[in-house]
Amino acid sequence: MDKEEIIFNIQVEGKKIIIKFYIRKKMLSIKDLRASVEGKEILKGINLDVNAGEVHAIMGPNGSGKSTLASVLAGREEYEVTGGSVDFLGKDILDLSPEDRAREGLFLAFQYPVEIPGVSTTNFIKTAVNEKRKYHGQPPLDAVSFMKLMKEKMNLVEIDKSLLTRSINEGFSGGEKKKNEIFQMAMLEPKLTILDETDSGLDIDALRIVANGVNKLRDENRAIIVITHYQRLLDYLQPDFVHVLLNGKIVKSGTKELALELEEKGYDFIKDEFLSEAV
Amino acid sequence: MERINLEYLGEKFNQLQTIDPDNLLTDVRREGFKNFNKKRLPTFKNEEWKYTSVSDLFKKEYHLTEDELKPAISASQVDEIRLPGFENANELVFANGKYVPELSTIRSSKDQLVILPLEEAANGIYKDLVKEHLGKSALFINDAIHALNTSFIYGGVFIYAVKGQIIENPVYLYHISDAAENHILSQPRSLVFADSSSKLQLVETYKTIGSMDSFTNEVVEVAVKDNAILEYYKIQNDGPNGSHVGTTHIRQIGKCYAHTVVVSLDGGMIRNNTNIIMEAAGNEAHMYGLYLLKGNSHVDNHTLVDNRMPNCFSNELYKGVMDARSTGVFSGKIFVRPDAQKTNAYQTNNNILLSENASVNTKPQLEIFADDVKCSHGCTVGRLDEEALFYLRARGISKEHAQAMLLKAFAESIIEQIKIESLKEYAEQLIEERLKGDNS
Repeated sequence: MDKEEIIFNIQVEGKKIIIKFYIRKKMLSIKDLRASVEGKEILKGINLDVNAGEVHAIMGPNGSGKSTLASVLAGREEYEVTGGSVDFLGKDILDLSPEDRAREGLFLAFQYPVEIPGVSTTNFIKTAVNEKRKYHGQPPLDAVSFMKLMKEKMNLVEIDKSLLTRSINEGFSGGEKKKNEIFQMAMLEPKLTILDETDSGLDIDALRIVANGVNKLRDENRAIIVITHYQRLLDYLQPDFVHVLLNGKIVKSGTKELALELEEKGYDFIKDEFLSEAV
Repeated sequence: MERINLEYLGEKFNQLQTIDPDNLLTDVRREGFKNFNKKRLPTFKNEEWKYTSVSDLFKKEYHLTEDELKPAISASQVDEIRLPGFENANELVFANGKYVPELSTIRSSKDQLVILPLEEAANGIYKDLVKEHLGKSALFINDAIHALNTSFIYGGVFIYAVKGQIIENPVYLYHISDAAENHILSQPRSLVFADSSSKLQLVETYKTIGSMDSFTNEVVEVAVKDNAILEYYKIQNDGPNGSHVGTTHIRQIGKCYAHTVVVSLDGGMIRNNTNIIMEAAGNEAHMYGLYLLKGNSHVDNHTLVDNRMPNCFSNELYKGVMDARSTGVFSGKIFVRPDAQKTNAYQTNNNILLSENASVNTKPQLEIFADDVKCSHGCTVGRLDEEALFYLRARGISKEHAQAMLLKAFAESIIEQIKIESLKEYAEQLIEERLKGDNS
């Protein structure tokens, strides 16, 4: 159980009142995270807490460090972490390899999914699922159980079977690539998913399908970080929190109304606010 | 420093000429030995040998068994080299370079496929054919190593696919060198003739027995007539003590189709010359190569496509992966002669370096003397795609496993060109095992 309940039974003027507190389990805690690439500092002290069951949106202008944050969390090696810590379910993941982070339950849906000719999608996903199972001391899925799982998740994210027999993302359209990301997410059942501009390049129908897929995988034990420029994906996902990343720092956090305000006013009002504070 | 004991070679040569005197092959050998003595062993100053040194190979004292036709090996040793699909193949065994009929199994009928010791063919009804086609490769490969093979033509094989016959059973050539007690020089020689409208599949593989060194210096000459189909496969997976210089010289003498795949997975110093000579209009040839190297292996693929007549098509794809301290060489030459208008000739060579100590030299060469042709070449040298590697790892696949998946995918486009199913599966399995293992 990733959720704790605290129940108070009190009597007020002879009436019994039950008060329940739900304490959401802390999933991710980023503290003063700093990272640079080729000597240039991109992340300049990120602080962010994400609890199980929550959806956080991270917005911000181009070059603010959104995708860098996603890459650093997933373990991309060209980024050098120069300070801070990232605690994921009680473990400091900055010391873990990308594969171990994935096996611990972290999933990055790529902004630009890579085409890999010659490696079949099905074989790839089967390998990934079984390596994760092995890590957790579980036996590999046999062919029948694997096919059953595939079928179930294919329906969930409305992905065409023919795509899965092809090489990974090879010749896929933009929408198909993003659907494939969500399909992989469904198969791997991660605890924390980072959607890195998953909405970019999607038409309205594809966006709806992708968003529905994500929503179906939501539950109180899983959390999602959505990196996006646009309100339209947030309309579907309804985030609990919205953060604005500017120049390598989270400069403003709020609820989903903040996203609407950004949509209306652009980032300038935050920049002004932020700059005047800095002065 | 004396590179090879010339006195010993001369002695052996004279011995052989006495054993097998006064016939067609005696003359061919004499000419060969004359050339051998005239040429010097190639050094890096020779453009064709710029990146491959044979001097170490010729510093050893080899045992020559040129006059011994008796099998030096046993049937159980043959079992160790047999390739999958052998139940359905014509299996020709070469012991120390000599064709051994007693250990070989011919499964095709004589009406379809004739397989004879080369001496028998040269002195019997195929004399004219042998005279016409034997030794043609010397016009293209005229170094001392090739001449050395010609000097000792004895115990070779003659393979003849009869006109109009689709040979269902592929021909497997097993080359076994017995280096248990001495360094051994094996010099197999084969002459192949695919008559009009025939189909023939040739497969060669090599094995060194024992811990001393072997050097296989091989020449295979193939003539393919009109409407015939020739497939040629070479699988090299011998130990580091097995070195090889081999010339496969395919002449398309009628409008026909040739398909070659050379797979090199292990060995010492390896040089493969694969030549396609298009002597008729409308020829088509496909050439593939994969070299997946570890340890100190050195593999040099020299290819030649000589377009001499109009309307020929050739496509060439060679791929290499170099690990540890291994070195790869690719040199691909395409000639388009003045008469070869409307030639289509394409060539690609892709290389991946996995280690800082591995290296590759790649050299495409086009020499075009006709003005209405389409030719292209391209080569790449790089590392494994880091983006793809990260993508796989980000899904929980270990770095080693992800790397193996990517390399297997890289190799697959060559392996899938092996049209003998059991052989293709075998090659896939060898590659999978290799990619899982230690490649230092």
